[in-house]
Amino acid sequence: MYKEGFKSALPIVLGYLPIGIAYGLISVNGGMTIAQTVAMSLVLYAGSAQFIASGMINAGASPLSIISTVFMVNLRHLLYSASLSKYFKSIPRRSIPMLSFFITDESYGVSITELENGQQPTRAYFLGLFITAYLGWVISSLIGALSGQAIGSNINLGLDFTLPAMYIALLMMQLKGWHKAVIALFSGMLSVALIFIIPGNGNVIISAVAGAALGVLFNRWTKIS
Amino acid sequence: MDKNFIIALIGMFIVTYIPRMLPAVGLSRVKLPSWFIEFLEYIPVAVLAALLLPSILVQNGHVELNLNNHYLIASIPAFAAAIFKRSLFIPVIVGLAAYIILSYV
Repeated sequence: MYKEGFKSALPIVLGYLPIGIAYGLISVNGGMTIAQTVAMSLVLYAGSAQFIASGMINAGASPLSIISTVFMVNLRHLLYSASLSKYFKSIPRRSIPMLSFFITDESYGVSITELENGQQPTRAYFLGLFITAYLGWVISSLIGALSGQAIGSNINLGLDFTLPAMYIALLMMQLKGWHKAVIALFSGMLSVALIFIIPGNGNVIISAVAGAALGVLFNRWTKIS
Repeated sequence: MDKNFIIALIGMFIVTYIPRMLPAVGLSRVKLPSWFIEFLEYIPVAVLAALLLPSILVQNGHVELNLNNHYLIASIPAFAAAIFKRSLFIPVIVGLAAYIILSYV
């Protein structure tokens, strides 16, 4: 079971590599130490929040403004955590607080898709997937931080497209029935529109909640007719 | 490490960890109303689409619907592969190959 989780985490690790390296480079070039840069990856483990936080730290922002910004950016994890709770029912209760630390956009996307396609929700599966992805993130940001100015911040590993491609694969594995296809289209378009209006990933949480709510209404309407 | 950084780090940890942990711990022990279960069933597709579409359509701060948007063009073979083979790996490999080829032409 560890092995299955490990294998499923490999596309995530590949996707984290360019982003983690870019984060490490930008933080260190902006003035943070290598230890601070890696400490954020170890403790936060949240890509976009870390980019924003390191920018704010390097600009000398107050801890309170940094903390409240990070809170807003990471609020979408509420949805992922709620969505995974169904599958956490079958693992030991005391493991849930530990496992939920590792919920990210990517680890959520992969695990929920595999669980809905027949993967058994065991502690070993979650650990294999979550720890591998976590190490991928921490090590990528360490590589970036250590490289410092040596590479320059405009490296192109050709891996930038890994995460969009992974979202495509996951979305297609999730699409069952026209209801879900309509909701996906709705949430996706809304997210594109909102990204220009709402800062800090607010577009993701708002369009996902709006889409899922519309989905519930869909179920009601089609039941009546 | 200076004091402000430590304070910020602890604060950031708390505000990031709580939303990750609370629903998983709280909701896994209660029986949820049916509308909420239906709501949660739509969350994966809604979230994935909300993450995906901006990442391939929006480049440099605006919507790019043209051939110069390599993310958009590489998505076509990735989607085709995902329809043909519902797996995590094949569409990623096809999409990455297309993207890397595009950056050399």
